[in-house]
Amino acid sequence: MKLYELTITEARKGLLEKNFSARELTSACLERIKAVEPKLHAFVTLTGEQALEEAQKADTLLGSGDVRPLLGIPISIKDNFCTNGVRTTASSNVLRNFVPPYDATVVRLVTEAGAIRLGKTNMDAFAHGSSTEASDFGPTRNPWNIERLPGGSSGGAAASVAADEAIAAVGSETAGSIRQPAAWCGVVGLKPTYGRVSRYGVIAMASSLDSPGPITKSVEDAALMLEVLAGHDPMDATTSPLPPKPYRKLLKEKRENLTIGISDDYFNGVDPEIVAAVQKALQEFERLGHKVKKIKLFDPQYAIAVYTILQRSEVSSNLARYDGIRYGFGRDAFGEEAQRRIMLGTYSLSAGYYDAYYAKAQKVRTLIVEDFERAFQEVDVVIGPTTPSTALPVGSSKDHPMFGEISDVLVEASTIAGLPGISICCGFSKELLPISMQIMGPYFMEDLILNLAYQYEQVTDWSNRKPNL
Amino acid sequence: MEINVEHVAKLANLPLDEKRLEILGKQLTETLLYIDRLNEIPTEDVEPTSQVTGLTNVMRDDTVSDSLPQQAALENAPDTYNGYIVVNAIFEE
Amino acid sequence: MSNDIRTITYQPVIGLEVHVELSTASKMFCRCSSDYFGQEPNTHTCPVCLGLPGALPVPNEKAIEGCIMIGLALNCDIALFSQFDRKHYYYPDLPKGYQISQYQHPFCAKGYILLSNNKKIRIRRVHMEEDTGKLMHQDLDGRAVSLIDFNRSGVPLVEIVTEPDFENADQVKEYLQKLQQIIRYLGVATANPDKGEMRFEPNISVRKAGETGLPDYKVEVKNINSFSFVERAINYELKRQSSILERGETPIQETRGWDERRHVTLGQRTKEEAMDYRYFPEPDIPPFQWQSEQIDALRKALPELADAKKARFIQSYSITDYDAELLTRERRLADFFEEAVKVGQQHGVEPKIIANVIINKKVDIDTMVPAELIKDIVASRKIEAIDETELLAVVQEAIASNPKAVEDYKKGKTNAVMFLVGACMRQLKGKATPERVKELLVARLDAM
Repeated sequence: MKLYELTITEARKGLLEKNFSARELTSACLERIKAVEPKLHAFVTLTGEQALEEAQKADTLLGSGDVRPLLGIPISIKDNFCTNGVRTTASSNVLRNFVPPYDATVVRLVTEAGAIRLGKTNMDAFAHGSSTEASDFGPTRNPWNIERLPGGSSGGAAASVAADEAIAAVGSETAGSIRQPAAWCGVVGLKPTYGRVSRYGVIAMASSLDSPGPITKSVEDAALMLEVLAGHDPMDATTSPLPPKPYRKLLKEKRENLTIGISDDYFNGVDPEIVAAVQKALQEFERLGHKVKKIKLFDPQYAIAVYTILQRSEVSSNLARYDGIRYGFGRDAFGEEAQRRIMLGTYSLSAGYYDAYYAKAQKVRTLIVEDFERAFQEVDVVIGPTTPSTALPVGSSKDHPMFGEISDVLVEASTIAGLPGISICCGFSKELLPISMQIMGPYFMEDLILNLAYQYEQVTDWSNRKPNL
Repeated sequence: MEINVEHVAKLANLPLDEKRLEILGKQLTETLLYIDRLNEIPTEDVEPTSQVTGLTNVMRDDTVSDSLPQQAALENAPDTYNGYIVVNAIFEE
Repeated sequence: MSNDIRTITYQPVIGLEVHVELSTASKMFCRCSSDYFGQEPNTHTCPVCLGLPGALPVPNEKAIEGCIMIGLALNCDIALFSQFDRKHYYYPDLPKGYQISQYQHPFCAKGYILLSNNKKIRIRRVHMEEDTGKLMHQDLDGRAVSLIDFNRSGVPLVEIVTEPDFENADQVKEYLQKLQQIIRYLGVATANPDKGEMRFEPNISVRKAGETGLPDYKVEVKNINSFSFVERAINYELKRQSSILERGETPIQETRGWDERRHVTLGQRTKEEAMDYRYFPEPDIPPFQWQSEQIDALRKALPELADAKKARFIQSYSITDYDAELLTRERRLADFFEEAVKVGQQHGVEPKIIANVIINKKVDIDTMVPAELIKDIVASRKIEAIDETELLAVVQEAIASNPKAVEDYKKGKTNAVMFLVGACMRQLKGKATPERVKELLVARLDAM
């Protein structure tokens, strides 16, 4: 096995047992990047030299018996996380020369945990999209088939992990931006509860929905990353004061006899290959001693409409600061997708339309929140497909003003409610593209969805498959 | 539905030419048609949700910490002069 | 007022928006120092107040308390549910493209201030927001530019909005003095207009005398930073609008700027469409839900304000309305007076006397403590207490019983008089000043 193929858990073991050094591990990742990056374009900015310096320091610390959780682990960071002194563009021309004077809280946390930062990953510009085709710096390709899209907006992050360029990645989700690319790239994507992980320093998309989270090769890695990322941040007033849990420990606790909810609306119109794979996974869960129960959830078609209004409105506001005066380029530098979103958001907040659109969407949001509350009185978790299709061909998103909303239809409701969800691979299509399911849980029950995902991962071997690059 | 795209673009401070405005107008209408299905859901007695944290009264104490050095504050600005950021004249009158 | 019977008399209808910067240590939503006045440009900024990508606001508790205290002092209802909203507009001094302000649910609403003639000026709302950066217009190598300093960006600002209740500029002036006094009494702001800590935006329209409905237009005047300019701007607008009305036209609804050099208001770029701020609830800041006990506690913690203090001074110290008014203008002076009254009580000095001395002698409360003032009053009172005949008798007695000293004096040793002064002072036990005693002695001796 190549060093770059390791999970965090495996690499950490190797580092602590001195089977290899952080420098060797980092070099292996950098070599891998050099080899596959021309095909993939997962990164916007590479910081190889800095990574090797960080690795050197990590080796010294390892030598002195330091055991911090990510010490010497090379990871990638989505380019919407501000990195002090390292260009941060959100893959938009507006910020193509922006070098932040500060670190996002999440960046500070992974750095303090000892992680080595390989570079910044590509995304849909300002996270507007689900394809990474809407990057102003060109699309990222899916490692399983470079004629396919990796999904998005954390497409670079998911591709970097699936292609073994990075051991793990930090991404962010507004609605689907972690789960959907993780699903299309066949890796693990965890979207925590809104407010579980700090948004400070994350270039805002839709402030009431944005949730940073990890993309990893294994469920255990996701648990470890969450331990590093989760917690209250005095710089983000919307973070929860609830203490994070020992997610790795809780992963291995025996949890039986859980009730898994499924809703027909989450299977309607979904690619039959995906439906079949998820149904097989549900049988697996039954074999593991859990019950599957049919429930009725709010039709996800309405969630699309709610999400579109809320997100566009907040986007129009969050992008108002880009005027080219203090940093970056002016308002003529926005790409077409940003223009579309700003226009709709401005319209829906403007005098005379606020009640019909924004206020209406906020009210339906209340109904969606209540709908999940009811559901979680009946069942412990909800499982469904992550995406209605497997990875679509490059070019699919062009001139499709709601491409993202449609491909994220199955994750939007839970995002609107702020609930946690995890996407894991549960099969492959005939075209050898990954198929994934998602497990959604109640607020702050990341430990529960991680535990179930882990149970499933232990009895299947989908996550051992590697793309042929 | 008629949308005054020019007015919206002005509010949004987006410099767009006529051709772009026309395309955006069409796409806006298309998206709004999709959104109109929300009207199928009655919401007369429903309170709006603007955030889902359940938190209230989040504040910090009134203590000062270091600001950015002037040079760091100006570093990314395309035009500066004597510690100020420069823009083309804005007239109040 | 004109005697011409054809002239219709016009009456202004005036409302007022006042912005007050709170004197907190840190800014509204970040920990940068809010002490920006006179500092080097762009040295008091951070990702939050520069509006950098990714930065988030966290509200300053002390500022919010200050806002609510102002609301309480202005007799407002304090909303138990409140929230911040984003107010969108584009201007280079507004870094985020929106200002965090309050729209639907301000902290305080529906208060009033009573003027001296008992006229009630209703306060519509008191809300919390953040200040913008500062623009300076300048010519740079032949290019007209604006220079931006973001040090002021994010300083806590309280906006106090009245109903259109003022009938003339005098009422506005009295209201502003009262408002400033209340805010200073609360200690939440220094409210110096000349430092930009208090800024005024009157909206003015004019109607025929006797009419009661609101005119269908109003003119807002911006950029005013002194009480007297508010007065002048209102009187200028009253004249300008009246003459338009007299021509049979209606003034246009607009925003005008105050030109402080020429003392006129000038139309700003006419906006073809009304401002559309696209307010929506600030998603980065959870809302506020107060318990009524929290508000009661703040209400109890409010200091006694000028009007109440004045009434109490008149009542408990039997001083005149006029004296009480002067003594309570500033909280520091009122506190000095009360402290002096306390000390005075122990020495039998009446509050009335103390008030007189403070007002007439223009006592400098920066250099003197109340106890010193009382000591001085006691001393001067003893001097007044002695009878002139008694004083002369003591002087006579001293001359008679100290022939040696008298002789020395006569021989030209003028210093010898001091010996006699000493002898007198021992007798008088401080009931007269040495100067006065010396004066009498010298007169006597020289006449011998």
